[in-house]
Amino acid sequence: MIETDILIVGGGPAGMAAAITATSYSKNVMLIERDGHLGGQLVKQTHMFFGSEKQQASVRGFDIAKKMVDELHTIENLKIINKATVVGMFEDGVVMVHHRDGYFKIKPKAMIVATGAFEKSLAFQGNTLPGVYGAGAVQTLMNLQGIKPGQEVVMVGAGNIGLIVSYQLMQAGVKVNAIVDAAPSIGGYVVHAAKVRRMGVPIYTKYTVKKALGSEHVEGAILCKLDDKYQPIEGQDIEVKCDILCVSIGLSPLSELLWQLKCEMTYVGVLGGYVPKTNEKHETSQPGVFVAGDVSGIEEASSAMIEGYLTGLYVNEYLGVAHQDIEDKILKYDEELKALRAGPLSEKIRIGIEQTRF
Amino acid sequence: MLLINGIPSEEDLEKVFPSEERLNKGPIAIFECYQNIPCDPCFKACKIGAIQPFEDINDLPKLLEDKCTGCGMCISKCPGLSICIIDYTYSETQALMKLPYEFLPLPEVHDKVMALDRQGEDVCMAEVVQVMNLESFDKTPVVSIIFDKSYIKKVRNFRLIGGHNG
Repeated sequence: MIETDILIVGGGPAGMAAAITATSYSKNVMLIERDGHLGGQLVKQTHMFFGSEKQQASVRGFDIAKKMVDELHTIENLKIINKATVVGMFEDGVVMVHHRDGYFKIKPKAMIVATGAFEKSLAFQGNTLPGVYGAGAVQTLMNLQGIKPGQEVVMVGAGNIGLIVSYQLMQAGVKVNAIVDAAPSIGGYVVHAAKVRRMGVPIYTKYTVKKALGSEHVEGAILCKLDDKYQPIEGQDIEVKCDILCVSIGLSPLSELLWQLKCEMTYVGVLGGYVPKTNEKHETSQPGVFVAGDVSGIEEASSAMIEGYLTGLYVNEYLGVAHQDIEDKILKYDEELKALRAGPLSEKIRIGIEQTRF
Repeated sequence: MLLINGIPSEEDLEKVFPSEERLNKGPIAIFECYQNIPCDPCFKACKIGAIQPFEDINDLPKLLEDKCTGCGMCISKCPGLSICIIDYTYSETQALMKLPYEFLPLPEVHDKVMALDRQGEDVCMAEVVQVMNLESFDKTPVVSIIFDKSYIKKVRNFRLIGGHNG
């Protein structure tokens, strides 16, 4: 059994940020990452980030990841284990990790669950055909592995991810024939929408995919128009040619470990589904179990990072570290986070977060 | 309708487009930033203080038109690629536009390209007069094109002859 002060599960933006602040007060910290490298979704993000200088605005996601990873590798009281999956969390505080061909156990004094999110899927005829992808997989192929996923795409979902991935596909030389979204208006930032629109890509709001065409693989898509109640309107279908149907309709918190721990959970639609109830210090109903990033509600990576920095500090407080420095930093990050969430587009997030409080 | 199809309307454009009087005075930046999102790097990018300090990070950029020289240093810092520069005084008949362009291959000076509008439709032929790809631009090169002045409110993009969407 390995003993450590703080265990962080997940090496994405929130987990990495948490590791940076959690290690600042000479606590021993372990960071467990399922993938072969740290960075989470950041490593696939080729676009520049929004926010302010403090959140590395104008810097591309993969460069932010690189900076953070480089910093983490200089921290002596941090142990990073890649290719390791936390598979169990037990009532006695023991955490089971699958690593290489075996398992090992950790007993932390406190932990931060920063497991992120998974992509929602969509039910339609033909959605098991090769060529139907999630936007995350398309980004992995293109931006990590350097593989052009196909020739022509229909993107389902005009949120930020759908719009950004459409743009990336065009940069990779793939034709984007249409972007559809069931909602009556574009969910992503309009700057992203305008960017793909002026490349000639039509965006159809109040449309969804009805059927993927093809027998062996995707050869096209039937799109159907929706009424105000999201019901299909007969006779207004559009057929579009494509060999990739990319689904990007949103994310859900990856919260299985919290369920296992019997953390009190609540359903908040605007945050992506079931999220843990937390106090102001990101602590769940289980004492010493903290959360940061998308697992506590789907937001942007910029806010996930600040949540991570904050949670790393809160855990130290929980473990009894008293330091003026901690309080100052908490105030600073808290202000940054509030500013990021202060805009009209974050109203739903603000309401959602209120609903997660005890 | 921006929120419906990603295309700014004439009214949207009116809000961000400088007056004819200002256009006739020389180069100026246009910020097609219509939504209050948390973002302020344009303010930091402008070294001559032509963008008013943000009170709230969700504010829209406010340009001090008399201060802006149209240098274009803000273009590649905008994560939304919403900024372009217009020089309406480039010549008697032609205007110059500096645009962010994140595609390969990059055009070369003297190349003839097709200027596109905000829906990606062909507008008119244009000529590339400068391609800047400084390290500080961090992979967002800035391309200057010149074209017939009368299309100044229509043009917002270009494609190499041969196309980039496929």
